[in-house]
Amino acid sequence: MVLGTYKQITLGRSTDKQIQKISQDGGIVTALLTFALDEKIIDGAVVAGPSEEMWKPTPTVALSSDEVMAAAGTKYTISPNNMVLKQAVRQYGLEKVGIVTIPCQTMGIRKMQSYPFGVRFLADKIALDIGICCTENFPFESLKTFISAKAGVDFELVEKMDIGKGKFWVKTQDDLISFPIKETHGYEQNGCKVCLDLVSELSDISTGSIGAPDDWSAVQVRTDTGETVFKQAVDAGAIELKPIDEGKFGLEMLTKLAKSKKEKAMKEIDRRKAMGLPVPYKGSSEKEDPLANI
Amino acid sequence: MLAKIKEFLGIEAKPEELASKEEVEKVAEEKAKPRIGYVHLSGCTGDVMSLSENYDILAELLTNMVEIVYGQTLADVWEMPEMDLVLVEGSVCLQDEHSVKELMEAREKAGLLVAFGSCASTGCFTRYSRGGQQANPNHESFVPVGDLVKVDCALPGCPPSPEIIAKTVVAVINGDMDYLQPMIDLAGYTEAGGSDLQYKVVNQALCIGCGTCAMACQTRALDMTNGRPELNEDRCVKCGICYVQCPRSWWPAEQINKDLGL
Repeated sequence: MVLGTYKQITLGRSTDKQIQKISQDGGIVTALLTFALDEKIIDGAVVAGPSEEMWKPTPTVALSSDEVMAAAGTKYTISPNNMVLKQAVRQYGLEKVGIVTIPCQTMGIRKMQSYPFGVRFLADKIALDIGICCTENFPFESLKTFISAKAGVDFELVEKMDIGKGKFWVKTQDDLISFPIKETHGYEQNGCKVCLDLVSELSDISTGSIGAPDDWSAVQVRTDTGETVFKQAVDAGAIELKPIDEGKFGLEMLTKLAKSKKEKAMKEIDRRKAMGLPVPYKGSSEKEDPLANI
Repeated sequence: MLAKIKEFLGIEAKPEELASKEEVEKVAEEKAKPRIGYVHLSGCTGDVMSLSENYDILAELLTNMVEIVYGQTLADVWEMPEMDLVLVEGSVCLQDEHSVKELMEAREKAGLLVAFGSCASTGCFTRYSRGGQQANPNHESFVPVGDLVKVDCALPGCPPSPEIIAKTVVAVINGDMDYLQPMIDLAGYTEAGGSDLQYKVVNQALCIGCGTCAMACQTRALDMTNGRPELNEDRCVKCGICYVQCPRSWWPAEQINKDLGL
């Protein structure tokens, strides 16, 4: 199953006008975290918050809706969110932590929960893991290259970045500039090339823009925890739903991209293994389902 | 249960087939409680303190599930008896003949030997020793117990968390070999340290900057700079936990799916 195990797949978007304005797509992550904070399902959340440098996120423990909102929107570079989890529990004294993770971060958390070798009294305090869809991630310098060299825009003037319709989009106050996503190839971080997971298969709830029309997000509800929280948020009216289009621009596209990420990664995994390099995943000949995230 | 583990590790000949879970439980009930020993070499006692933090299962464990037959302060015996399992805490000092003798004897008398904590499994902090200190300036060389004897299973951590100890105990009692496999594999991981992240992850094009290593570090020796781990060597105790927790060092996919109910 190329989209991992899920209980429900749907389109969703935040009903909050403010969140709609600041969010990347449907504002699902922001809506879920603010809802979970308000309902005390979590008492804080680890997010990719703003830093002193424009567009360079820093892992932040957000304790209020305002702090969550300040972190809204996608940053196309690395934010090592997992690193502040211990801080969230020890320093901030949180008992129920929410966290936003890209697939590899979700994997780090789940491994830590199953095998908490050196991580004392933390695994059980992760109350909600919201995974985001991720094709690949870029070092900060790569991002700078896209903006200044490829789009020809001053970093400070950028209002939003986006990936969609085969293009990397840069929005400033006056302009909307794009260049083909193909031109970003070679700038992604190398660890991403063996990643088999597009949709955060191990998160509680995962979401992303692929397969969704503008201003909506595709959502996969995965675990029991995820199901409970998502249902509450929908029932409370924080999130509105509509069925995902089964066709070419909906589920079909999401499935296609998830599959192609896996196929590309499997090729790279096999290539590296043939060279004798270590990869933590099985080679395609070692597993039944060549696209399984194992 | 222990027979099953020994069989898996190839220590003893294969016992009769156990047909069902009920039968396993029945066998476990009928058999005497596993006889556990605790050998304390050069460590700080932090590992056994972490074990004792499992308040909720400790009483049941010690009263009904295992029998402690050997260990400083734990059992009033001088002669080391035969044991099903021995936990070894601390590295072994090559110049301390008592430590070397006790370790060798433990290997001989125990069915399974577990390197319990990072000092025993990787040498950890004691790796920095160069001798020339009181009370014995001659005590210079401290090595992981795996350098001298065969280790069946390793539980690194400085200390290992109370939860991993509890999870391991439960897995041992249930004969859950799938869960224990990483601990068996880690028995060979004796040369550890924060620099493993650079050598075995970043240099191998595997790092994705998730920050799990920096979170796991028990001495705050790791920070993340430009999406990569940055080690402060002065703070690193060489426990190996950063590399052990890294999602790109080994990947227990089946166990995770099972734990998540996916």
